[in-house]
Amino acid sequence: MIRSLPNSKLYTFSFTAFIVLYFFFLFAPLLITCILAFNNSMIPTLPWKGFTLDWFFGTGKKTGFFHDPINLRAFGVSFRLAIAVSLMSTAMGTCAAFLFEQENFPLKNVMYLLMIAPIVIPGVILGISILSFTTTVADFFKNNFGIRLDFIRPSFWLVAFGQFSFISTYVCMVVSARLKKFDRTLEDAAYNLGANRFQVIWYITLKYLRPSIIGGLALSFLLSFENFNTTMFLVGAEFPLPIALFNRVRDGSTPVINAISFLLIFATSVCAMVNLILSRKKKED
Amino acid sequence: MEIALSVKNVVKKYGDFTAVNDVSFDVEDGKFFSILGPSGCGKTTLLRMIAGFFEPTAGSIQIRGKDMANVPPNKRPVNLVFQHLALFPMMDVKENIAFGLRRRGEKTPEVMKKVHNILERVGLPEYADKRIDQLSGGQKQRIAIARCLVLEPAVLLLDEPLGALDLKLREHMKVELKKLQAEIGTTFVYITHDQSEAMVMSDHVAVMNNGHFEQIDSPSNLYNNPASSFVAMFVGNNNKVTGVLAKDDSGKFFVQDKNQLKYAISTVKDCKEGDVVGMYTRPEAIIINPAEDKTFFNRTGVHVKAVLFDGGNSRLLVVTPTGQEVLVALPQNHQFDYIKKGDNIVIGWDPASSVCFKETGAKMYDDEI
Amino acid sequence: MMTKSKKLRWSFFVFFIPVFLWLLLLIVLPHIELLRMSFARPAYLKQPGFTFSNYIEFFKEPIYWNTFFRTAMYSITVTMIVLIIGLPVAFYITKIASLKTRGFLTILILIPFWVSELIRVYGWTIILRESGIINHFMTKYGIWKQPIEMLYNDAAMIMGLVYTSILFMVVPIIGVMDSLDNSLIEAAYDLGAKKTVIWRQIIIPHCMPGIISGCIIVFMMVLGSYLTPNLMGGKNSMWFTEQIYNQFILYRNWNMGSAFGFLLLFMSSIIIWVALKLSGQSLKEVVK
Repeated sequence: MIRSLPNSKLYTFSFTAFIVLYFFFLFAPLLITCILAFNNSMIPTLPWKGFTLDWFFGTGKKTGFFHDPINLRAFGVSFRLAIAVSLMSTAMGTCAAFLFEQENFPLKNVMYLLMIAPIVIPGVILGISILSFTTTVADFFKNNFGIRLDFIRPSFWLVAFGQFSFISTYVCMVVSARLKKFDRTLEDAAYNLGANRFQVIWYITLKYLRPSIIGGLALSFLLSFENFNTTMFLVGAEFPLPIALFNRVRDGSTPVINAISFLLIFATSVCAMVNLILSRKKKED
Repeated sequence: MEIALSVKNVVKKYGDFTAVNDVSFDVEDGKFFSILGPSGCGKTTLLRMIAGFFEPTAGSIQIRGKDMANVPPNKRPVNLVFQHLALFPMMDVKENIAFGLRRRGEKTPEVMKKVHNILERVGLPEYADKRIDQLSGGQKQRIAIARCLVLEPAVLLLDEPLGALDLKLREHMKVELKKLQAEIGTTFVYITHDQSEAMVMSDHVAVMNNGHFEQIDSPSNLYNNPASSFVAMFVGNNNKVTGVLAKDDSGKFFVQDKNQLKYAISTVKDCKEGDVVGMYTRPEAIIINPAEDKTFFNRTGVHVKAVLFDGGNSRLLVVTPTGQEVLVALPQNHQFDYIKKGDNIVIGWDPASSVCFKETGAKMYDDEI
Repeated sequence: MMTKSKKLRWSFFVFFIPVFLWLLLLIVLPHIELLRMSFARPAYLKQPGFTFSNYIEFFKEPIYWNTFFRTAMYSITVTMIVLIIGLPVAFYITKIASLKTRGFLTILILIPFWVSELIRVYGWTIILRESGIINHFMTKYGIWKQPIEMLYNDAAMIMGLVYTSILFMVVPIIGVMDSLDNSLIEAAYDLGAKKTVIWRQIIIPHCMPGIISGCIIVFMMVLGSYLTPNLMGGKNSMWFTEQIYNQFILYRNWNMGSAFGFLLLFMSSIIIWVALKLSGQSLKEVVK
């Protein structure tokens, strides 16, 4: 039944086989995507035609990722977007964690429900509602005051706001989880030793929260980098990577997509590892 | 002597519940003052009002003659050693101690000099760069105290700081703390539910119950002359016999229990004849097999129900013929080694060793007689 | 604690104002606007006003409500499949795997989900499609004479949805199973209970909070997903989010799109509400 009880061989074997199959199911598409990034073929499939790095560095007929201006630009957009969104969301998420964990005010519960709503609102709906609202506001300012609010028309910044609107919630969850475990007598002790509210938050509470804030930054960076559903309604002229790749994936393309996938899988795995190690350390504290 | 801390008629209410009820006391400069009481008696609330974390509902708190109303906790010249110490785990030892000094804007060289001075004083000069989780329980204790003392507070408040330590270390720290206080000369206000801590360390002890002070006195007076039945039961051990106070023909008082048994008593304080009283006699005041020649002496034959061996604190549990259980101190000097469970012996005590208080009907603990 | 202190007031507003603006400008007002739009006449008619026509249109056109109910049914099916697979996986990781492999498996199970959904789905398309990996091997070894198109059908789509959402079932269940004291299972075993009884009477009841939050999160993700149905589903098996996309982006009929969005939001709220009522949980506990 469980590891501390005697189990029949068949039970252990069939359970282990099930888990092996599960992990195979989990990793097969990723591994195949990565392997085919190095296949010297014009389409991302077998047979194996030899090892090549052309899909990373190639030029001409086999344009590799590093010489592909469209994808490089999209990558740059995604990167800038992820930086902007992770900074904004982490600041807001931390603010919200403080507000909901440490302050009391009327209608706190209503506000809390609104705050967690983005987790259960489909990203598509978040996208269209923000699009409708900002368009209405922008039209209103243009028609009535002649003011052009282009940053809330589909554009880089509108995508950033759209992602920020729900990623902040995730950061707040991460930071709140740690703030809940914070021993508030440490704050009292700091007051008692002569610190004011600002100094208490700066020297004591934020120091304590640092692992979760770093975790929140990493999480929001990844969420922003890979978001598609909300982003697709808000994009302007600058396409982030998932949007740029989407059409190519649907219509079939060269293994350059595998090369990009390989780089992303590699980078996110490293990120995930660092994040996990950090959270391990956090547990030990 | 200058008064370091003066608390006048302080009341703290939470809705209908009165946590602290009209408490007044003064603490002289340089004294070790303890507030002793069971958990929930309001002592922590009182301490937190002195520290400034709670506002009193009524009354005033003065520190070195200055009224503390509307002074926030970070501006008061008192520091608090928290129950679980509240050392900052994200800083090392020296940064913990330097924290308060830095908030005052003192320069780094000056701060570090003070930090090293105070570490030497608490006997941990090499520990400046240690992390908090590298310290033992006793060391954490001393760092927490050092962190407060470095600010030279008018009064140092301590909220049961020994509670988390194991028994042996607690015994040791009691003596350490007393020595430290005597050496540094800072006024200590210490709260605890452990009477031994309060008795060993303090110059004066206030016994607190249900939000008010029952008695403020020196430890020896609390033990010898308790002012209330609560103090008699809470400080040290006591045998209690309930009965009616009466006077015999020669004008001497005695307590008569429900089985008409009479116990002589010499001091009755403000109890009158006919009052229902509780008579309190300490186990260590009771003599086993007393000499026959004493007059005006309580003497009774009893049956030994159990020998409660506890080293230096060993006692006999005996029953009188009328069924009253009595605890008797059993000195470990081999004189009474022959007493076994089931024996019949004689016990006796001087009527001057007993005190009595009017019975209020209030029980201290549910499981006590 | 210090309710009278002015400094606390100051810090309260520092936290409150940004959070309030965020929720007002990016959550509340956009949804109100979406609701308003769904009851407004399409802009091209040049006569603004209140109308139910967007919603009426939805019920008049079978393709719309067919898609709507198909999406809901498939989402529930996928949630059930994910639960059936996820439960033993979580059980293996928390209760059967040795303590050493356990930490490793937990990391392993998380890694694929840090990778973007697009890439994960892309991986499946190159495996399943007509010129894909499976067909390559099958035809090479002569098992199939002709390559078979395994992509663009409902089965592939359901598999893809299971794949992309299963982590969100496994993680909350691992969380609650971890808190299940092994000695409870040992005690039941010692008292002579069979495996089925232990599962039914001890493990499942204890894990209910995790199962419910897993189900709700997975259901929401599947219902709102766009990439997987679009890239793996067939041309005539549309997902409702694709209808919304079409209304907004292809037909530029934002009012109709808003109505569709609201219908989706309404349905998902109802289903979550029913799930919460049945399990006696609150949304607060679920999203933790």
